[in-house]
Amino acid sequence: MKVLVAVKRVVDYNVNVRAKTDGTGADIANVKMSMNPFDEVAVEEAVRLKEAGKVSEIVAVSMGVSACQDTIRTALAMGADRGILVESDTELQSLAVAKLLKALVDKEAPGLVLLGKQAIDDDSNQTAQMLAALLGWAQGTFISKLELGDGKATVIREVDGGLETDSLTMPTVISVDLRLNEPRFVKLPNIMKAKKKPLEVIKPDALGVDTSPRLVYSNYREPPARKAGIKVPDVATLVDKLKNEAKVI
Amino acid sequence: MPTYTAPVRDMEFIMYDVLKMDEYQDMEGYGDADRSTVAAILEEGAKISQEVIQPINLSGDEEGCHLNNGIVTTPKGFKEAYQAYAEGGWSALTGSVEFGGQGLPYVLGLAMNEMVCSANFSFSMYPGLTHGAIEAIEQYGSTEQKEMYLPKLISGEWTGTMNLTEAHAGTDLGLLRTKAVPQADGTYLVNGSKIFISAGDHDLTDNIIHLVLARLPDAPPGVKGISLFIVPKILVNADGSLGARNPVECSRLEEKLGIHGNSTCVLNFEDAVGYMVGEANKGLVAMFAMMNAARLGVGVQGLSIAQVAYENAAAYAKERLQMRALTGPKAPDKPADPIIVHPDIRRMLLTGRSFCEAARGIAYWAGLLVDMVHKHPDPKQRQKADDLLGLLTPVIKAYFTDMGTEVANLSLQCLGGHGYIKEWGLEQFVRDVRVAQIYEGANGIQALDLVGRKLPANKGRAVQVFFTEVGGFCEENADNEELAPFIAPVMSALEQLFEGGQWMADNGVKNPDHAGAGATNYLYVIALSIMGFMWVKIVKVAQEKLAAGAGNEQFYKDKLTLAKFFFERMMPDLQAHMAKLKSGADTLMAMDTDSF
Repeated sequence: MKVLVAVKRVVDYNVNVRAKTDGTGADIANVKMSMNPFDEVAVEEAVRLKEAGKVSEIVAVSMGVSACQDTIRTALAMGADRGILVESDTELQSLAVAKLLKALVDKEAPGLVLLGKQAIDDDSNQTAQMLAALLGWAQGTFISKLELGDGKATVIREVDGGLETDSLTMPTVISVDLRLNEPRFVKLPNIMKAKKKPLEVIKPDALGVDTSPRLVYSNYREPPARKAGIKVPDVATLVDKLKNEAKVI
Repeated sequence: MPTYTAPVRDMEFIMYDVLKMDEYQDMEGYGDADRSTVAAILEEGAKISQEVIQPINLSGDEEGCHLNNGIVTTPKGFKEAYQAYAEGGWSALTGSVEFGGQGLPYVLGLAMNEMVCSANFSFSMYPGLTHGAIEAIEQYGSTEQKEMYLPKLISGEWTGTMNLTEAHAGTDLGLLRTKAVPQADGTYLVNGSKIFISAGDHDLTDNIIHLVLARLPDAPPGVKGISLFIVPKILVNADGSLGARNPVECSRLEEKLGIHGNSTCVLNFEDAVGYMVGEANKGLVAMFAMMNAARLGVGVQGLSIAQVAYENAAAYAKERLQMRALTGPKAPDKPADPIIVHPDIRRMLLTGRSFCEAARGIAYWAGLLVDMVHKHPDPKQRQKADDLLGLLTPVIKAYFTDMGTEVANLSLQCLGGHGYIKEWGLEQFVRDVRVAQIYEGANGIQALDLVGRKLPANKGRAVQVFFTEVGGFCEENADNEELAPFIAPVMSALEQLFEGGQWMADNGVKNPDHAGAGATNYLYVIALSIMGFMWVKIVKVAQEKLAAGAGNEQFYKDKLTLAKFFFERMMPDLQAHMAKLKSGADTLMAMDTDSF
């Protein structure tokens, strides 16, 4: 069975992102970029499935600017077999990404699509759900455990009330949460091997997908700075302040 | 708890923007080292350093190594971290492809060493010493020896050591007494005791390959009677499997100031089986193959600790609230200003940062020269690289480690009392880095090596090559008005360097003590000249990038500030060293020994 894993190039999780002064976006020029941490978990899971003999081929897919090739190379170094970059210099919103992924799924015919549950840049948490709907496949979101059976995938989902176990009919779309696994450290020889693995670059047009944005972002602002705390003399004052100033009780 | 964030962006900047590593594609290993691949390698190297090796630094220092019933164990977590390091292929980064290495540029090896050592000095020495053993076997070992030992040393499955020092023979190896007696089967029986053997015994790997200096029974006295031997901890069978335990015993672990996580052993050889490397009585030459690379590595240790100490001091200075800025409150909403508002704190921090950035440039330049010596297609370039490298090596070893200690101390000072207690980790950096000024040839010896060997060799050819290199760069850029304020002090430094060299030559001939007295000062004069040269190179790139509006403006502006700091506050030391150098040996030698 073939697995398709989607990986996104995002601002590194250590970077403190600022809004641009003119409010037109986040200032991400010249900051460090890395693979979305949730996607790393997805790649790791795919590699473990392959090591367990349950998967025959892993295709890592990314979308965006040419530098996304670096993100795909990271996936290849972790153990993916080949990569596809859908190259686009314009903004790709969740629906466009889902449509592009659908086109690739039609072409590649994987038995499983693994994605991070969300990307840490826009935190949309939409692509996996949209993709499943477009494909008409079962979806398992926010999963922390995955077992592949005969035509079925059993997943444990992290939901608000606790954990939910579902059985999904394959093929299926799965979005992963951080507790599914701990991604491996990439080995040096695998970085070198990744250079030689195939990486195909295609344009959205070639997949017949209209990627023009549907949403307009009107303003970016930083959240107000947190005010310094104060010490209250006693519990009564605290309760009073919570009731009358903060109005939370 | 101290933290470490590898300066990956700076490393890349030095490699590709300043040293232009991508212009050396015709050298073996450089074709694979394109910028994006190297970026990926540095990122992953940083990850294992920060997330696996750094977290056991403080605990390793506290726990230290153990010796029980002749068995040495390393601190908790070292074995697992070493396995992750070796299995990750990091050990094999620069190893020759023929024996299973990746054959990547030496510069990358230095960058990786820098990160691992910043993360954990003691840990870094276990794989670090192995490189010396690889170097010696690769250059002087027989085909059989190479095939038997290199693959496992390169992969990190085994580690290596260097056994030189004996109780009465430190700097003066000619005094060493360890004996090697030839046997009928072509092997040797080694007997003797070696001290200060770093990573001499441990539980990280199944075997340790000791490289041991010893004397044959008929050897002439002094350094001309020393031979080099491979003495494995566990004998290796012809098929590569492990055989009997060789009688090499660790009888003591030294109690020492720092590097507690590294096992510093007294090793006793009692009829241990050894195999000669290279020719009889030519062991010292072979040992120098290890030493030169090792000295470069030790210099990088100074840089590593300076970097991590600076990082922690800077982070503290930005958060620690005490007093107000001299010019009025800078954080009026807070009870006090962060101490980074104070010029004196900035003096200490910028000394560290300004050292690290140019030192990294010099270290990686030396790394590039190492590859050029071995791999450059043009023999003239190979010769030139060899001359420059010879000159740079003692300077890097001594100046970088002196500055490593200096910057660690200044960084500790930024933390005040908190710097002095263990929890913040700064005092460990000071203790750990101190040894780098001593081992692999104490820094005074490096100065003598520079003045006594490297300068006069081939009628001063090496220093001429250096003058041509720097002078050429300055001339090429003579019309660059923006660069002129940075070039001027370098040209002036070159004049002083020339004058200092001349003084040493003229007066050293009359009285060698004059050369001995000025050696360390001369080393500083050349070190500051090289630092100045590297800063000018960095400034040139930064100015070009700023003019082109390319990339991160702040990153390049900072380089200009750091360069200015260097020329205003570090370069002037050169004058003091010149004055001291020219005062000669008379007063030093005047006092009667009994008066001390």
